[in-house]
Amino acid sequence: MQEFEPKIVAFVCNWCTYAGADLTGTSRIKYSANVKIIRFPCTGRIDFMILMKAFENGADGIIVSGCHPNDCHYSTGNFHARRRWIVFRNLLNFTGIDTERIQFSWVSAAEGFKWADVVNNTVKKIKEIGPYENYNKIAVSTLFNEEGATNE
Amino acid sequence: MSDLIKKVTALLNDKTINAFIGYEKGSANRIRAIFVRTEDQVQKLILNASCTQNLTGYLMKHEVKKLGKLGILANVAALRSIMQLASEFQIKDGEVYVLFANADGSLTEFTDFKSIETFLQTTDTGIKSEEQEMIAKLEAMTVNERWLFWNKEFEKCIKCYACRAACPMCYCHRCTTDVNQPQWIPVASHELGNLDYHLMRAMHLAGRCVNCGECATACPMDIPLNLLTYQLISPIKATFDATAGMKADAMYALSTYKPDDKENFII
Repeated sequence: MQEFEPKIVAFVCNWCTYAGADLTGTSRIKYSANVKIIRFPCTGRIDFMILMKAFENGADGIIVSGCHPNDCHYSTGNFHARRRWIVFRNLLNFTGIDTERIQFSWVSAAEGFKWADVVNNTVKKIKEIGPYENYNKIAVSTLFNEEGATNE
Repeated sequence: MSDLIKKVTALLNDKTINAFIGYEKGSANRIRAIFVRTEDQVQKLILNASCTQNLTGYLMKHEVKKLGKLGILANVAALRSIMQLASEFQIKDGEVYVLFANADGSLTEFTDFKSIETFLQTTDTGIKSEEQEMIAKLEAMTVNERWLFWNKEFEKCIKCYACRAACPMCYCHRCTTDVNQPQWIPVASHELGNLDYHLMRAMHLAGRCVNCGECATACPMDIPLNLLTYQLISPIKATFDATAGMKADAMYALSTYKPDDKENFII
């Protein structure tokens, strides 16, 4: 049987983590190819609905990453994001959504190594947990695929 | 003639208010809201133990706003709703005349926010013990059990949006649910659309919910929706020291921050 390759979506901020990921590349550090990076202007812009959309479209894991506290390009974006995540994680946990599948991190533009670690560790963790079957059952592809349609 | 009818008649006569939101007898022994504008309508006002609805949801409806200066019959949850609406700049001080119904049936009038704040400080505003027990029961489950529990509950949802209509804090003119470019929430009431809708609703009420329970009361399918928002009250209090609906000038927990907010999950 083929090894399970998780789909990981990374939502990163333009100013720190995206530049950090760039550094990972220019430093020729090899890291897992399971991750699809989506660039945002700021972690403050990463609405919780966007994370849900990732799961709905078949993601097995999510990485959310931005500037370290006090380093935000817009001064306060990551502070607001942090509060939102604290609350959102509580809600996800209460509704039975696996918060282990969402990795939050701060990665600065100088932390190319850290970015590779974050991605590799997340991929390793999700490989251990396995595909997100609970959410996949109600994912867009299942619900709107004629063969897999759940409606009688 | 009851105190309530006497009081409202006087208020309408001296033009302190143009309309009063209270309770009247509906069909089949149900209680419903009444918007009193004339003296004959005043006679329909009732006040008994069944009058538990939080009427503040009506304050934000544009049809009601058009009636002019409003008076409202309030319970504890309604007072908190008014405080929360005030903190969100939806009601100005003195804009709404509040009559509070005490447990013994007597009335207390509140004409400014300060007096409501003082009153709330010495009033029990907590979540009912059976609801606390239900939350504790759910929290003791495994993640997968909770997923199955909520899946089963959300399966019942028919997307009637009664919860949204009943909630005093759901006053946006255009709800995320109604947005179709992009379509954030699938319209149909299948598993995905229902989960998305309820998570979105809970998240948008996080830090604003005043635990009145109107959403669950309004739900025709008896989904315990209130638990979703109630569960967030204590972590928000513990982490950010914020409680909704206690002060008219309170900051919304999620629109402010402290540089040293504590969490343990960001690496």
